[in-house]
Amino acid sequence: MPRLRLRCDRRCLRALAAQALLLAAVAGVLAWLAGNAGAKLAQQGIASGFGFLGKEAAFAISEHPIAYSPADSYARALTVGVLNTLKVALPALLFATVLGTLAGIAQLGRNWLAARLARGYVEAVRNVPLLLQLFFWYGLLTELLPLPRQAWSPLPGVFLSRRGLMLPAPAGEGWGTLLAAAALGLAAALALRAAYGRVRRGGGALAALLLAPPLAAWLATAGTRAWSVPALQGFNYVGGTTLSPEFAALLLGLTLYAGSYIAEIVRAGILAVPRGQVEAGLALGLSRAQVLRLIVLPQALRAIVPPLASQYLSLVKNSSLAVAIGYPDVVSISNTAINQTGQAVEGIAIIMAAYLSVSLAVAALMNLYNRRVALRGATR
Amino acid sequence: MHHTIRTSVAALLAAYALGQAGAALAGETFDTVKKRGTLRCGVNVSVPGFSAPDSQGKWTGLDVDVCRAVAAAVFGDANKVEFVPLNAQQRFAAVQSGEVDLLSRNTTWTLSRDAGLKLDFGPVVFYDGQGFMVPKAMGVKSATELNGATVCVQTGTSTEQTLADWFRAKNMSFKPVVIDSFDELNKAFFAGRCDVYTTDRSGLASIRKTMSGKPDDYVILPETISKEPLAPAWRHGDNEWGDVVRWSVTALIEAEELGINSANVDAQASSGNPAVARFLGTTHGLGAALGLSDKWAYDIVKQVGNYGEVYQRNIREPLELARDLNALWTAGGLLYAIPVR
Amino acid sequence: MAKRLRAAAGWARTHLFAGPWDALVTLALAALLAAALPPLLRWALWQAQWSGDAAGCRAAGGACWAFIGEKARFILFGLYPPAEQWRAALAVGLFLAMAGYSAARFRLPAAGWALTAAACGGLLAGGVAGLPAVPATQWGGLPLTLLLTVLGLAGAFPLALLLALGRRSRLPVLRALCAGYVELVRGVPLVSVLFMASVMLPLLLPGGVVIDKLVRAQLAIVLFVAAYMAEAVRGGLQAVPEGQDEAASALGLRWWQRQRYVVLPQALRVALPALVGIAIGTFKDTSLVVVIGLFDLMTSARAALADPRWLGFSAEAYLFTGTLYFVLAYALSRYGRALEARLAAGEGE
Repeated sequence: MPRLRLRCDRRCLRALAAQALLLAAVAGVLAWLAGNAGAKLAQQGIASGFGFLGKEAAFAISEHPIAYSPADSYARALTVGVLNTLKVALPALLFATVLGTLAGIAQLGRNWLAARLARGYVEAVRNVPLLLQLFFWYGLLTELLPLPRQAWSPLPGVFLSRRGLMLPAPAGEGWGTLLAAAALGLAAALALRAAYGRVRRGGGALAALLLAPPLAAWLATAGTRAWSVPALQGFNYVGGTTLSPEFAALLLGLTLYAGSYIAEIVRAGILAVPRGQVEAGLALGLSRAQVLRLIVLPQALRAIVPPLASQYLSLVKNSSLAVAIGYPDVVSISNTAINQTGQAVEGIAIIMAAYLSVSLAVAALMNLYNRRVALRGATR
Repeated sequence: MHHTIRTSVAALLAAYALGQAGAALAGETFDTVKKRGTLRCGVNVSVPGFSAPDSQGKWTGLDVDVCRAVAAAVFGDANKVEFVPLNAQQRFAAVQSGEVDLLSRNTTWTLSRDAGLKLDFGPVVFYDGQGFMVPKAMGVKSATELNGATVCVQTGTSTEQTLADWFRAKNMSFKPVVIDSFDELNKAFFAGRCDVYTTDRSGLASIRKTMSGKPDDYVILPETISKEPLAPAWRHGDNEWGDVVRWSVTALIEAEELGINSANVDAQASSGNPAVARFLGTTHGLGAALGLSDKWAYDIVKQVGNYGEVYQRNIREPLELARDLNALWTAGGLLYAIPVR
Repeated sequence: MAKRLRAAAGWARTHLFAGPWDALVTLALAALLAAALPPLLRWALWQAQWSGDAAGCRAAGGACWAFIGEKARFILFGLYPPAEQWRAALAVGLFLAMAGYSAARFRLPAAGWALTAAACGGLLAGGVAGLPAVPATQWGGLPLTLLLTVLGLAGAFPLALLLALGRRSRLPVLRALCAGYVELVRGVPLVSVLFMASVMLPLLLPGGVVIDKLVRAQLAIVLFVAAYMAEAVRGGLQAVPEGQDEAASALGLRWWQRQRYVVLPQALRVALPALVGIAIGTFKDTSLVVVIGLFDLMTSARAALADPRWLGFSAEAYLFTGTLYFVLAYALSRYGRALEARLAAGEGE
């Protein structure tokens, strides 16, 4: 016995020593790299640190979800970049999920044409680099759509041209109040449901709670609400809101590309559900759609969610290819900042930090959802 | 565990050795170049007229010929150049780290680059300035009418900031479409994605001429909103190397001033004109002071030509761009060779 | 005849019109095809121009395959000197033949691959056997894309093994370092890693040390791919029952021996399909070196588009290049399927 303890001690000591050595080696290499960088930067007279963030950016950005002008700081420009990344990545997540689910189910369905088309789509899109697809879509969008003066107007106030899709936008502070009221109603309804559990009765009260505040706000703000409608004035459409061709190409490319991967994930997930489950469901007299919705999908979800999470992450990261087709995402704006300041280290650090935080947020959300999906059937 | 450490140390050493293999010591570029036997020259990935590979993969252009002139002076062989295509973000780092010996990539000589990025710039090889191009059908006569326009602009250059500054100073607004790649941007403009295209005037002229298909449908507006003297660059403080580059470029201009070109250089060398004989190294030469052979200027002119030939071949003919500012001082331009004597 | 017609109708009823919804979907898709296919075919085939120059192409209005004829050499081999181009072509052929052979046999003959690698390297770089040297700055097109992919995967694999084993180590510091590395790299886009290699890495090295741009990009790809591979390998490791390791331990095998002879062979078998997926991804992702100006297949296709004499044929160039990528990636993915089926069958035995 004592001998054994002695051996353990030696092993523990060895392990400790090895780890200390490892840590020292990693720290040493990092310090060496940092030292080199410091020396070179000093020698080249390039400023370092994030002081430049407060300086005036002095370049323009075409799309900015928040107010921005060249007189604003680099920090604000980069914030615009991050918001633009989210602006394209989040809708792409949604659309890709819908498209991927449909294509995944269609491949296994009995409609021959739909299955073939879905299969063709998945194979064609998955095996070609996304960058190439983005170039292709962007070229197509800017070459096929009509010129601004001949813009196609399917509905009054809606214009489609090479400058993008112009839509009417809400204007006036009334809309803000309306939005706040709707949020209030939703929160109250959710609180009620949480407090009383799933009430069978009382649905009316719930609906009233949900609808009353926005309805009241709708009536109260009638005078302060308006629509800003785009109109051709001078060179461009003024007013309303614009979806640029760069945004559209990126959204389309990301959606199709991620959709093809999601289709494969969904297909594999459904195949993982034993056939007997489907047959049992049909034998119970459920329709095919009901079997899919009530039996297959809930079980398939368990196999689907973990790979789906990593697919979502790669979609967000893939949005960095925006730089190639001129959508002002965080990479594109950091690029300009690097060009103007020469501070490559800081610029790249900002890009990485931005993606890391988005990745971590998406990963955390998906983990949460995964736990919910997994818990319901956690008998295994 | 030990294995892990040993492996990682070995990997590190290997990486280091790899690095050493391509080592070039800053401050001694000239020696490194001579020892290597080729000149590593940083050029643009693709700008017609300045540097672009043709269908055969051969580099051509004004910037490319500057590299070739330096190689001719150093090695007596204009082909001893390795061209390193660089994009805008990489170019200065590539010079600073020693990846290239010379940067000849339509780069504007400015104070902040010269002093701030610790570079040295050689004689200006091309005088340029930022301008605007619009479709003729738009009916715009001056850039001051461009309020609210959508502007196509390439990233990675000072163009973006110059553009924003100019519009701000005029209290006008615009919408930029910023694209990294030259050909993608051209496509976007000609497809009507933007109202206006802005870049250096030489670039506008070349794009209008060669890329539009219908040059007459586009006009370049009269305003020039910046000065862009393009010059080769090398590492700050590398004086011997700087001299070689400076005088190689000067020799191109001097040869044109003296009326020497690649066709008549042999006849000129034996013509008896003392200034020409000195320049071409027929009599006691000027090469020794530079650490070059006496035939250095002869090799440049013989293999690359004089500045006029270089311009004619790369800019005048394919882009149909007149000499204007880039004519000799005797012809009303700005090119004035420092005396080679 | 009538019988066959009835059979066809029956097939259509079960496969296309099984219910009102099915019928609706079928009709909608058919309408879509009917609208999209004729103009597409007209463009790609009937009005296409197969030879001639750009002016002829513009007049014809269809696809300009003459452009591909003119530029195929440049797209495939980039800046490689035309006189030496047979070498690049031979290297690609050699590599594909070896890859096909290995795939058909489901094995990786080490000696054969070492020989192939040496031959390909010698052919590309030259300087041996009387072949003139071609510096790496002139490599381009498909050979470069394949080189970046293969060296990227080969370099990443050992690193990935170490990372995956390290992440399951009993030493908390090692575990944290490996996990930290993998999660950090997986959290950022390849574009940023490539930027780092191209702009930032030169700053991190001591003065005077220069690493070639191609090597830097290669290093970035290795470091990036290793993180993803490590996760695939870790998944495989988790699938190996504890008992295997314990049994090997009881036999007196040391840690390295246990991993080498017992755990890793089983883990890698499980991880293989995922590794093939990573290989496909890496192949496609090498196209991102466009952002740092390396002349790979993608960049050379775009450089071909910049030729003033041949403007406006981007759709043709992208279709051509896309097809090249597709053929190779699709072949690889079919191989992945075959591998999976083989492994599944092996388990059933």
